[in-house]
Amino acid sequence: MTFTNAQLERYSRHILLPEVGGIGQKKIAKAKVFLVGAGGLGSPAALYLAAAGVGTLGIIDNDVVDLSNLQRQILHSTQTLNQPKAESARTTVSRVNPDVQVIPYQDKLTSQNIMQLIEGYDYILDGSDNFATRFLVNDAAFFLKKTLISGSIFRFEGQVTVLKPTIGPYPCYRCLYPEPPPPGLVPSCQEAGVLGILAGTIGVLQAAEALKEILGIGNTLGGRLLIYDALEASFRTVRVPKVANCALCGPNPTITELIDYEVSCSLPLH
Amino acid sequence: MRIEVNGVEQDLSPGTNLTGLLSQLNLTPERVAIELNMEVVDRKQFDSALKEGDKVEIIHFVGGG
Repeated sequence: MTFTNAQLERYSRHILLPEVGGIGQKKIAKAKVFLVGAGGLGSPAALYLAAAGVGTLGIIDNDVVDLSNLQRQILHSTQTLNQPKAESARTTVSRVNPDVQVIPYQDKLTSQNIMQLIEGYDYILDGSDNFATRFLVNDAAFFLKKTLISGSIFRFEGQVTVLKPTIGPYPCYRCLYPEPPPPGLVPSCQEAGVLGILAGTIGVLQAAEALKEILGIGNTLGGRLLIYDALEASFRTVRVPKVANCALCGPNPTITELIDYEVSCSLPLH
Repeated sequence: MRIEVNGVEQDLSPGTNLTGLLSQLNLTPERVAIELNMEVVDRKQFDSALKEGDKVEIIHFVGGG
């Protein structure tokens, strides 16, 4: 792979970094990242990963752009209202960087299609808006030995972590949250409020972790959960250990196939 | 009894367990994960008593995107 002069210029501020360089930039250009959701988290993540020159971005979202999305979902705009989000995402990303191959999937992730959809990607970035999808993505990523960069937001709080239980002594999502919360306990996605900017903070942190994983540099959030409190302007990192008897990634798993949980959305803080 | 909750020292009456602590903080057990001294606590063990110097991390179940 050889960069054109325009590409050398486009990525020059990366190439100047000894930790990236031409070799690192080529790794980025070869990387394939699958984004779950083109919403609040997927938007900033897709934009920065595209700007960084990630070779292939798969983007799955089954929704169409709604006016209430535009307070935080910066892939979309007033011009793309009512369009499928996956298509709107492709339009925006291609404008930022035509080098990036965007593969939009206007579909819902299920136990039936997820393995086939994510198989060809190196990294999965979860920006979904419900626990059913989060557990499905975690389990599928584990079965396919893919590194998962998980982000979530609610009201004024955001969380980011890197899940790679098959790569080292790291936990999976179930090590911290063994099962989804009871569906009756949670408000629907539409009822939950969120500070729009929080999506940017957390989505960009996910993109940063994805790039670090691609480049193999620094300390990623494997085994650590970063919690951001926008009201307090505070970041807290909690060590998350691998749970010895985890039902998924432990030595005697009881979860050996994918589960379609009932969709339940975010939780109130109290 | 002094314990640490999310990095902040707190004074609790002796014998308080995790369920009691959550209730004092007005939190619903099903909506959080808890680490006690760096180990994730099984939900069924929320009733075991805390002791002086314990470090508790309460992590909210956050699932929005």
